Amino acid sequence: MNVLPDHGADDPILSVDGVSVWLSGREVLHDVRFRIMPGEFTGLIGSNGAGKTTLFRVILGLQASSTGSVLVGGRPLTRRNPIIGYVPQKVFLDPDMPLRARDVVALGLDGHRLGVPLGWRRRRQAVDAMLDAVDARHFADARVGNLSGGEQQRVLIAHALISRPRLLLLDEPLANLDIRAEGEVVALLARIAREQRIAVLISAHDVNPLLPVLDRLVYVASGKTASGTTAEVIRAEVLSALYGQHVDVLRVHGRILVVAGAEGPSGVTFEETDGAAVGPDIVSLR
Amino acid sequence: MNQLLRALFAPGFFASGPVHAALVVGAVVALVTGAVGVFTVIRGQAFAGHALGEVGSAGGSAAFLGGANPLWGFMGIAVVAAGLIELLGLHRPRARDVATGLVLGAGLGLAALFLYLDATSSSTTGVAVTILFGSLFAVSQQMLPSIVALSAVSLVVIALCYRMLLLSSLSSDLAAARGVPVRALGIAYLVIMAVAVSLAAETIGAILATALVVGPPATALRLTKRPGGALVVAGLVGVAAVWLGIVLAYDSYYWAPAGHGWPVSFFVVALVFLFYLVAGAVTGIAEARRRRHWETAPRLAASGCAEHPGDAA
Repeated sequence: MNVLPDHGADDPILSVDGVSVWLSGREVLHDVRFRIMPGEFTGLIGSNGAGKTTLFRVILGLQASSTGSVLVGGRPLTRRNPIIGYVPQKVFLDPDMPLRARDVVALGLDGHRLGVPLGWRRRRQAVDAMLDAVDARHFADARVGNLSGGEQQRVLIAHALISRPRLLLLDEPLANLDIRAEGEVVALLARIAREQRIAVLISAHDVNPLLPVLDRLVYVASGKTASGTTAEVIRAEVLSALYGQHVDVLRVHGRILVVAGAEGPSGVTFEETDGAAVGPDIVSLR
Repeated sequence: MNQLLRALFAPGFFASGPVHAALVVGAVVALVTGAVGVFTVIRGQAFAGHALGEVGSAGGSAAFLGGANPLWGFMGIAVVAAGLIELLGLHRPRARDVATGLVLGAGLGLAALFLYLDATSSSTTGVAVTILFGSLFAVSQQMLPSIVALSAVSLVVIALCYRMLLLSSLSSDLAAARGVPVRALGIAYLVIMAVAVSLAAETIGAILATALVVGPPATALRLTKRPGGALVVAGLVGVAAVWLGIVLAYDSYYWAPAGHGWPVSFFVVALVFLFYLVAGAVTGIAEARRRRHWETAPRLAASGCAEHPGDAA
């Protein structure tokens, strides 16, 4: 189903070329360009409001770009692209929702179809296999709203994967997870990318939890992006150019801190990335 | 057993034509409002549902002025109001709430006018009460085919959109990315909700209509975790409330003040609320028991007892 005759394994699964987006008179994304190869693990790093979700919406065909082009699997964008699996940031998983974990996964199979589901046995087998793949079988019948944040993420990843995509988009899947759940989700995603050769594009405001598994990253700041390997992108010169202001990059015990430059009158400022708006004064302390 | 039946069902209950009609209409409408209402609750549209019911009172009273059955008035204005809410509410939830409130206010203003005209143009004083609070025993038997047909159409639409509605309740972006026409789906759902609320208004009155659209589904969401199960349980809870309400209302003819039955709508709404509370108590007890089971399990293990094989389940 996902075999595209005109598209080889050496061609990028996603290429974003010069994409700019204007929303209500403001340029939210400016000349974004990067490529993702099959099976590659790419981080989309930037603080809240930097334009990460907008970029996802462009790739999903939900938001038109003002300029530039996006090719998915070598083809122009369409709505309902079966090559892409998507885990949005805000999913309504209230304890009231009458959905078990397995129901959410099954909706990934046929949630866009008319009518009530038929073919119980085949559906159930496919869902069980998917739940096994994300190690979620033991809470398959639990109400999804009562699961922990990490368990819910695993269910949503299974929901996105069951339609066998070749590119998986995850919008801030690590937000609101504790450190252990964070590590489990990252390890799971890395395993899926490696074993099934699914390209992963994951957005996060903190690069550190992803460092062990990232092949490349796209850094977003003030709507502008820089892409490459971690060593290429997270450098003082690159990020300073991105922010339009001097930025220092510190490496401490294998972790990366990005801080506003010491040239300012107040010196180095440390702030959590979570609440920060767009700006160079971001740092992550974990 | 016989005595119990006789105590429960007052004489003449099973022979009464209006009772038969009420039982059929009540059951059909409860099944529809149950299925439609589950999505009203999980989509967070209870306020819109409430507004559509109350706004219906303007249509119901206007229909009475024109000599038509109130149901057509309820439905006509509820569908128009649904369109207005969608049009004014744009996409943001807060703008939607404001739009709903505005439409509700305007609709009730119209109801004030038409109910006044009803009262001055006819000698029957009970019109306002019938429109606002319903009278299940007075539902015209001629309306039965229309009510059944409308209910069937609503159920078919809900069955067709079932998976899309679930997916878009999880996340509208997710549904849109999968190719679900989210906006068209939202409008279609609002129209079906308007129809369901109108049917409920015909049954228990415009003001009380939401009780049937929100109450049984909320009860069902406490009792079951399966999506299909929630629709069925909500329908059954609604049928139970309506049927038991009809029985009690019929019996109440013999209660004080003798010779005047109490309104059916009162019993239905009271039972809906009671069922909701009981469902909460039942799930609360079940949860407490499960928690106690979990807390004692490690102690058993520590004291040397073999661990329960069913603990993991």
